[in-house]
Parts: sequence; C-alpha cells; structure tokens
Amino acid sequence: MAVKNKKLNLKDKYQYLTRDMAWEPSYQKKEDIFPDEQFEGIKITDWSQWEDPFRLTMDAYWKYQAEKEKKLYAIFDAFAQNNGHQNISDARYVNALKLFLTGVSPLEHAAFQGYAKVGRQFSGAGARVACQMQAIDELRHSQTQQHAMSHYNKHFNGLHDAAYMHDRVWFLSVPKSFFDDARSAGPFEFLTAISFSFEYVLTNLLFVPFMSGAAYNGDMATVTFGFSAQSDEARHMTLGLEVIKFILEQHEDNVPIVQRWIDKWFWRGFRLLSLVSMMMDYMLPNKVMSWAEAWEVYYEQNGGALFKDLERYGIRPPKYQDVANDAKHHLSHQLWTTFYQYSQATNFHTWIPEKEEMDWMSEKYPETFDKYYRPRYEYLAKEAAAGRRFYNNTLPQLCQVCQVPTLFTEMGAPTKLSHRQLVHEGERYHFCSEACCDIFKDEPEKYVQAWLPVHQIYQGNCEGADVETVVQKYYHINIGEDNFEYIGSPDHKHWLSIKGQKPADQSKDAA
Amino acid sequence: MSVNALYDYKFEPKDKVENFNGMQLLYVYWPDHLLFCAPFALLVQPDMTFGDLVETIIKPATAAHPDAAKADFLNAEWLLNDEPFTPRADASLKDNRIDHKSMLTVTTPGLNGIANVGY
Repeated sequence: MAVKNKKLNLKDKYQYLTRDMAWEPSYQKKEDIFPDEQFEGIKITDWSQWEDPFRLTMDAYWKYQAEKEKKLYAIFDAFAQNNGHQNISDARYVNALKLFLTGVSPLEHAAFQGYAKVGRQFSGAGARVACQMQAIDELRHSQTQQHAMSHYNKHFNGLHDAAYMHDRVWFLSVPKSFFDDARSAGPFEFLTAISFSFEYVLTNLLFVPFMSGAAYNGDMATVTFGFSAQSDEARHMTLGLEVIKFILEQHEDNVPIVQRWIDKWFWRGFRLLSLVSMMMDYMLPNKVMSWAEAWEVYYEQNGGALFKDLERYGIRPPKYQDVANDAKHHLSHQLWTTFYQYSQATNFHTWIPEKEEMDWMSEKYPETFDKYYRPRYEYLAKEAAAGRRFYNNTLPQLCQVCQVPTLFTEMGAPTKLSHRQLVHEGERYHFCSEACCDIFKDEPEKYVQAWLPVHQIYQGNCEGADVETVVQKYYHINIGEDNFEYIGSPDHKHWLSIKGQKPADQSKDAA
Repeated sequence: MSVNALYDYKFEPKDKVENFNGMQLLYVYWPDHLLFCAPFALLVQPDMTFGDLVETIIKPATAAHPDAAKADFLNAEWLLNDEPFTPRADASLKDNRIDHKSMLTVTTPGLNGIANVGY
C-alpha cells in the first residue's frame, strides 16, 4: 500500500510530539507523580482544555533557534572586530549594561531554573512542553546577554564578576529575592508571577526601553540580542495570557487565589522595575522615552485593556496600581539620587545629569522635576564643585519584602516616606509601603528569613565591618575603578582618550 | 494569613537580636531631609545613653546636611515606633524602651530641608 503522507502534517506532528507524550499512569498514583500540583488550592478539572500557546514542536524549535544564534554570533564577532564599543553615544551608557548584566541576566538564568522545575510539575502535557521550551529560551537569553556584553568587559570596569555579585551586592538582592520568592512558590503561583505578571503585564517596560535604548546609543551588540530574543518574548507573553485564562476558566474557586497573586506580583514587579526607571531617565545618554511615558503606554493603556478583558472572570486590576501610577512622576528621580549617594558600594558609576538632560526632565516631568528634583541636583552639583561630592556614609534601612531601601514616598505627599512597620511574633519588621507590608502579612514565614544585605553586614557575615572591606572583599567591586562618581573615573578618562579629548573641566574631574 | 506549603514551613527570623553580637539595630528617620534617601540603619549598644546616641552616631550621620548644624536633636520632637516619645538623655537606650529594630523619627521644626522641599 502506498503511503499517502510521508511527512506528517503540522497538526499531527504537533499531536505526536506534545500531547501524545503523556499517558495515564497505571502503577503509580497521579498525585505521587505530580506532588506539587494540588497544595496551592488551584483546581484543574480538565487539562485537555489547555490551548497550546506556542504551536511549536521541538524539532522546529531547534531549527529556528539555531538559525537565530548563527546570525547573532556573526554580529557579535563583527562588533568586536570593529571595536563597536567606540561607537556608542557616551561611556556613561555602559553603566546601564553593568546594571543589566548583574541585575537582569542572572534572572534569565533563574527563570530557566524556574521553568525547568515547573515544567516537571504539571500533569498536563501541553503546559509541560510550553514550560520546557521557555526554560531553554531563558537559558539562551542568559548566555547570549553575557556574550553580547562580554566585549565591553575588555574595555570598561564593573562587568567582571556579575554572577558572583548578584548573590551578594546589596542592591542586587532586589532582583535576586524577587526570583527566589517566585521559584520557591508552587507551580501555579510561579506561572502567575513570572509568565503573567512579569512577562505579560510588565516585560515591555524592561525590554522595549532597554533594546531601543541600546539602538539610540549605538550599541549594536545589545540591539541584535534584543531582536534575537523578541520572537521568544512574544511566545512567553502568549503563554502568560494562556496560563491566566486557563486557570480562571477551570474553576471559580481559583479566582480569589489568582487575584491575590496578581496583587502581589504586580507590586513586586513594579518595585523591581524601579531600577529600570532610573536606567531609562538617567543612564541612557540618548533618551528614548521617559519612564512616565513608558508607564502610561505599557501599563496604564495596555494593562488597562488587559484587566478590562479579565473582568469577565471576576478579576480586578492589581490592588495598588493607583500608587504605582502616581509614582511614575517620582520614581526614577528618587532612585537615581539613592544610587548617587551610595555609589561607593556599586559596580557602576553615577553622575549629576547634564543641563540638557535636566531640561529634558523638566519637559517630561512638568509637575514634579523642577519643584522637587532639580533643586537636589543643583545642591549636589554645588557640593561636588566645592570638592565635597556627596556620599551617604551610613547604611540605609531596607524593606523586608522588596529589599529596596525604604526610600519611596506617599501617594500625593512626595516628601514623606511611605514607611510601614509591624510586630510579628515578637520581632519588628519594616517596609517601604503598604503594599509590601500586605505581602508580608499574607506569608510572614517566607519573609522573616529574608537575607537583608545591611543586616548581614552588621551581623558580621560579609567579611568585614566597614563598607570598604565589604565592597572590595565580599562584593568583588574594585575600589576606585568600578565604583564612585563617573566624572574622573578610569572609564571616563578612557572614554576621553578614545575620543581624543582631555577632561573638559579639571575641577569637576577632581571631584 | 499563613504561607501555603507542602510541609510544615517554619524558619527562624534571620535578624533576631542574638545574631548581632550584643549590639542591636536602630533606625533613625529625619523627615524633610531626603538628602539621606531612607532612614539610617544603625548598629548600636543597648546600654549607650540616648545623649551619646545623638552625639556620637546621629550627629555624624547627618553632618553632611546643611540643616544639621542648626538642628537641636535632643530637644526636637521624637517618635518611637510611630508613638510620641520623650527621650531621657542620660538613660540608656534600653531604659528609654528602645528595643531591637526600633525606629526613631525626629522632627526638627523650622528645618524643612534644602530648597524647602524636604530634601
């Protein structure tokens, strides 16, 4: 008999390579094979209702990814051979890469671990395959980001030990603890946290500004990475939306559980992205759009439409979104002045924005910049010019949940800190906001064990009692090279020599 | 509420006072002076006097601010863990009921920060 179809059609191939990989177990109980599927209280009545968001089989996946890699690495090679780092807008830009490499690339790796783990934990084959592919994507992103930025490590400081720093440096405990919180949750919360709240709702706020920022500032290596990751990100977003709709459609009892997770992870993601807000407004010499504009487009408009769509499931917008919306006028400025004063303990440089940059901010933040923030920089510039560049020599209080210094202000009262505290089982705990305090109250057992960098230094667990020893020995930040003010730093001098210039202002240089 | 876990999920708080080698943590917030981005986190001896705290720790911590020289911290308005509080300068922190991880808020009327915008 003649074989009609030598090749399987797409639908059959898909069926054989995904759903058909599953079977009904006969000599083990299903709950013993998938022990993590029940305890969160999520009720799944029928896994076959899962709509596969990717429609991709493993063989096709390898083929596409391999083609993308080939192009990507060809461009990395060309970038390195042509000394591409000399064509960026300004060496201040490289500080955004330092933050990205220590703060974000390790999260890609954490995401790989997270998806590999939950990809084992669902009894539905469709969800397992989707998570498996995303796990491989995340591993690829972590690797390609490191390769894209490795060229800069040959020419600029602060990029030499990213993974090590991620586990130790005070501000990197913000991204680290975010992902540790998600990975130590159950599989459904992990997907709500990362696939939905982060990838679907918030990721555009990270990737669009970062990749456009790279393009605006002449960083072709990072732009190319961005293009290579774009189709993966599109799949991840589709998974994020499918996950949430599937869980909500399966059982009405799932709605309040998912709502609580959305409230929590929207807020945790928003706090994490405060680092991106300062990157956008301050660390990109050529600016793409302001943080406030990005928040309006990617959260208020897109997120608004999304939550309108989810209304029919009984889901409302995240509990503290009004606070986040109000904060868009302040966030980046509050963050940058924080990092400015603690530059002695960072692997990147900070600086006072130039006059044109401040005028740009006045235009982008007409209600707040001239009133609250321009006076800060005028004061700091005056101090620096007088040889007293400001550093805060006392460690800051950190939030027990998000681990950011408790620097944020009340909605509608931008000079008053939104600090909260409570006593739990005889111990005092402090928070940056009502929202972080709420997250603690829901799961205090999780956050009482938080590894807060400031407290760890004071307990003597970071190789020294003074900031200098901790920074050098425990963080592996090279003092006088990686840290402190940008003006007059080795990176600054190196950049001027690349451009054939001498320091323009010797008095500034000495600051 | 309580965490939802697969097993009896119970861990020791990481920042219990016994982990600080006889010292304790104290946070100090000076409203309207956001030059210092967040409340200070300080490592202090429980038996030091309140007066010493102001002289040897709070004054150096705040010295970079132009208002610091004008501030009369001892006679300022204090809150201890958000409650009104009158410190006794010659009594120890312990005797002032300032326990581990307490937060002091000190308001100095008339001093509104740089450019009068709480900085």
